[in-house]
Amino acid sequence: MDEKDHEILRILEDNSRLSAQEIGMMTCLTAVETEARIHALETAGVIRKYTAVINWELAGNGEVSSIIELKVSPERDYGYDRIAERLSRFRQVKSLRLMTGTYDLQLLVTGRNMQEVSRFVSEHVAPMDRIRETATHIIMKSYKENGNILFEQQEAERLPYSF
Amino acid sequence: MRNFISECARTIPPSGIRKFFDLALTMEDVISLGVGEPDFRTPWNICESSIYSIEQGITSYTPNKGLPVLREVLSNYLKQHYGLTYNADDEIIITSGVSEALDIAIRAIVDPGDEVIIAQPSYVSYAPCVTLAGGKPVPVECTESDKFRLNPDALQEKITPKTKALMINFPNNPTGAVMNRKDLEAIADIVTDNDLLLVTDEVYAELTYEGSHIAAATVGDLWERTITLNGFSKAYAMTGWRVGYLCAPKDLCETILKIHQYVMLCAPVMGQVGALEALRSAEEDKNNMVNEYRLRRNMFVAGLNRIGLSTHIPEGAFYAFPTVKGTGLSDTEFAERLLKEQRVAVVPGSVFGVGGESHLRCAYAVSRKQLNEALARMEMLLNSL
Repeated sequence: MDEKDHEILRILEDNSRLSAQEIGMMTCLTAVETEARIHALETAGVIRKYTAVINWELAGNGEVSSIIELKVSPERDYGYDRIAERLSRFRQVKSLRLMTGTYDLQLLVTGRNMQEVSRFVSEHVAPMDRIRETATHIIMKSYKENGNILFEQQEAERLPYSF
Repeated sequence: MRNFISECARTIPPSGIRKFFDLALTMEDVISLGVGEPDFRTPWNICESSIYSIEQGITSYTPNKGLPVLREVLSNYLKQHYGLTYNADDEIIITSGVSEALDIAIRAIVDPGDEVIIAQPSYVSYAPCVTLAGGKPVPVECTESDKFRLNPDALQEKITPKTKALMINFPNNPTGAVMNRKDLEAIADIVTDNDLLLVTDEVYAELTYEGSHIAAATVGDLWERTITLNGFSKAYAMTGWRVGYLCAPKDLCETILKIHQYVMLCAPVMGQVGALEALRSAEEDKNNMVNEYRLRRNMFVAGLNRIGLSTHIPEGAFYAFPTVKGTGLSDTEFAERLLKEQRVAVVPGSVFGVGGESHLRCAYAVSRKQLNEALARMEMLLNSL
């Protein structure tokens, strides 16, 4: 990993649809070199996946997302790892993080509607061993995701020329 | 009725080629590479701190020199980033942009008949500022073969007994040229040997892509005979805030402050509050913007060279300066046809003085998508010639 790799990662994080040639032009590499570096980053597991940031509200699929906070009793020898890994396997769990503060695990869970989310939490998550407490927060509206602002912003009028 | 216009004002040429630019305003779907300002919004923490200060009623005059805390933080910043030592109390003045700083600096040093050598191509206001102060601007050409750096021999040739000062701007608008320490040392010797003053506009200092910026006042014995100008517009995307600053040894600074007091009183307080926040906690925003400019530069310059507009790699600022030699058109003709036929606006290099002719200034402070589209349109024009 060197500075060029970092540069490629930043470019891809912003727009993963750029071609190796375009990325190469920005980083002063040939398309072949860029391709090789990206391949190496994929193989090393640094790049996990290429995805899109979607404003689902506009797409109108009506999905419900929620943040679920869990208080968990850690296990001897394993801490939070085993239960976190187990929770991660659920398709409904989109993100899972261990947190400092008043609770331990934070889950981002999506479902087709509120009932589905609530059923998932009450039937699958809450009854699990070692889970002491759950708090479910339904996301009402998303304004920013992964550094991307989702609401319309007014474009400032620029002068066509200045010296 | 008498003609009330002063002789001096009459002789100043109008800025650039206004008529041609007005045309761009009336056209639709124009990609403008003509704007010398960042396309980013001001980082939100800067805006927020300024908004909050207004809510708190911080809306009055500040001390003439600027908010003491801003000068204090700035003084530390200059020391840390550039090794520049300017005392916050009496060697820094916060101004309304570098434009004001330039004006008051020149007025403080120029007597009628004094010559000020200006390294060109240069920003368009340098020469008129000298003229308005009663001085005589003397351009010295920075050539493409010198990578648009100031050549010491060329400078030496322009010096006469009337020469008072040298005015430079690196990283340079419009060429993107940068002077490294060795280049500046050669200039420092000449400036010192001829007992000249140096006025250095370093507003693009933060936009240096290879290595780090060398502040002229840190070279040789230049500090005691240098006025350093800089500002927040370019690095922090704060062009409309109008905050710049001027640094100079105490005696010079005191004199310049008199002029600042009379013509400006102080820089706008909300701008100063924003500038303070910029220095304190917008480093990462700034670095992200600089990084993005670097990527665009690499991409755009490679693209220009590919379509046949030979372009040196600009080491700083956000301008590419391709040559149109070999197209059979002058820079103005090329820019006009590019605008009318392909709806891409660039600035003809001759606007920036000697050495600018046969070049175009293309600001790459627009999105990558627009840069690619601009390149495609420029290629179409080239193919039709």
